[in-house]
Amino acid sequence: MTTNVSPQRLGTLLVALALLLAPLALTGQDYVLRVLTVGATYAIAVYGMNMILGLTGQLSLAHGGFFGIGVYLVGLLTTDYDWAFWPALLVAVVGTTVVGYVAGVVALRTREEYFAIFTMAMGFIIFLVISRWESVTHAHSGVSGVKYPESLGLLDFSDPMLMYYLVLLFLLGAGYVTYAVRRSGVGRTLIAIRTSEDLARSVGVNVGLNKQLAFAASSTFAGLGGGLFAAVQGFVGPSAASVDLTFEMLMFILVGGMGTVMGPVVGTFLVLFLFEFFQDFEAYRFIVVGPIIVALVIFAPRGIVGYLNAFAGHRRSRGPAGGNETGNRSENRVPDTTTEAKETL
Amino acid sequence: MTLLEVRGLGKHFAGLHAVDDVDLDISAGEITAIIGPNGAGKSTLFNLLAGFYRPTSGTVRFKDRDVTGMSPHRTVAHGIARTFQTTNLFEDATVLENVLSGRIVRSHSTVFDAVLRSPRHRREERRNLDRAMDALEFTAIADYRDEIASRVPQEVQKRVSIALALATDPELLLLDEPAAGLTEEETGGFAQLIRSIVASGVTVGLVEHRMSMVMSLADHILVLDHGKEIASGTPETVRTDPQVIEAYLGAGHHEQEGTG
Repeated sequence: MTTNVSPQRLGTLLVALALLLAPLALTGQDYVLRVLTVGATYAIAVYGMNMILGLTGQLSLAHGGFFGIGVYLVGLLTTDYDWAFWPALLVAVVGTTVVGYVAGVVALRTREEYFAIFTMAMGFIIFLVISRWESVTHAHSGVSGVKYPESLGLLDFSDPMLMYYLVLLFLLGAGYVTYAVRRSGVGRTLIAIRTSEDLARSVGVNVGLNKQLAFAASSTFAGLGGGLFAAVQGFVGPSAASVDLTFEMLMFILVGGMGTVMGPVVGTFLVLFLFEFFQDFEAYRFIVVGPIIVALVIFAPRGIVGYLNAFAGHRRSRGPAGGNETGNRSENRVPDTTTEAKETL
Repeated sequence: MTLLEVRGLGKHFAGLHAVDDVDLDISAGEITAIIGPNGAGKSTLFNLLAGFYRPTSGTVRFKDRDVTGMSPHRTVAHGIARTFQTTNLFEDATVLENVLSGRIVRSHSTVFDAVLRSPRHRREERRNLDRAMDALEFTAIADYRDEIASRVPQEVQKRVSIALALATDPELLLLDEPAAGLTEEETGGFAQLIRSIVASGVTVGLVEHRMSMVMSLADHILVLDHGKEIASGTPETVRTDPQVIEAYLGAGHHEQEGTG
């Protein structure tokens, strides 16, 4: 490592630049920009799935449901109750976190496939409530006229480009939180649980509590993504809470790379791109997209980012460790930058 | 000074008395070994002490605090660490990452500290890395720190699991057959390691099959058979105890090398 630019950092930088510059390249193409903005709200929610599935190893299939709760809290509060967007978003985030925490108390009593089945049932119940509770959610008529975020100073978020950057900012936040968690003791705790609950217990990890917190955190991201989604779309229907959505997010994270920092972004945008690219095939697009995804899962089971990380890590694993922040450590100590970089991004 | 005091401890599995009315005192700074034929209840006893099983009767006191039936994450926090009979590691992680996970129980910074990179968090991460490296150097495997745990030799893996347990800053370390499956030469190295662990101030509880190792290492031995204590005392008293010879040694020396 003679320079500070590891392949991982370079890759992250490229993705970030592409996302930052995309609207400039897309001037006049509002549809594409809108697809990207919606994609970014999904990606935020996928970071939540990454927290519970990627880092903690628990396959939660209630995620689309939590996303839907965020969507509907913002949707209903800003229309029927005439709230401003920002407090509604805050309620959406806190509300889904609380629902997630309470749901986790029950759901986490089950393990492995039972947990997956249980959470899928929860997701389905949330969908049913939203799609049938006519008097509150308007069922299939949906919610229209969801407010844009109120302007902050000179920023007017009814401009699609500014809305995109707003969502991107939250996406960046989600990515950074994942990065910070991933490199800290908290991340080690979650990964320990993912690898072996028994061993985690024997090194002193409170497995139940940490799963509980990871589950609540995952629903926080889902609520945030959902709340932003409602504002971006303006009109929302029950499909925003469907179990199908859970499986789409699962696909995003599988393609991108579970447990990685960049996986949710890369996976979400790549799969959405494939969907859009084969748009003309309509329902048949899965005939084309399906095999591509199957091939990806076969050849890169850790996802694209996981694959690239392993590739970069392999080339670097023997390199001399010369981190600059930790230069005062004795020679045979590994500067923490190398250990953390290995699987971090 | 008695570090761990066990009184009348029992564990019954559906009619089977895996551990039955066992008393045990582990003195600080000593090596206490638990021996007995296969199925005598040695590992079950360890599981009871570390909180993996809930005892059906009896009490466990550690540093004069009642820890009976306390869950493992709390017993570890109180200072009881253990290793497993079959080597148990986070296989996809590096050796250093494995040992670092032993620091979780001594870490107090939260996810917010991690996100904000608070000074407390950075200090703690630095300290954790130092302690993990100390444990790796103590167990003489610092050279393997960046290797993937499942790809290092078996002896190194066993040392990793000891380093991982040491990284939790234990006062009592329970080793469940640390030398199982090792060569004679490697076993000698492990005996040396266990001695230096005790010299560093950590009390050791040891379940082991190799009589030669137990006899040369232990200060105190508890002999179990069918979950019951049949003898306890110094290696000399135990070695000459007729019941022990009958139950264990008398069963034939080939069993001594058996794994269980």
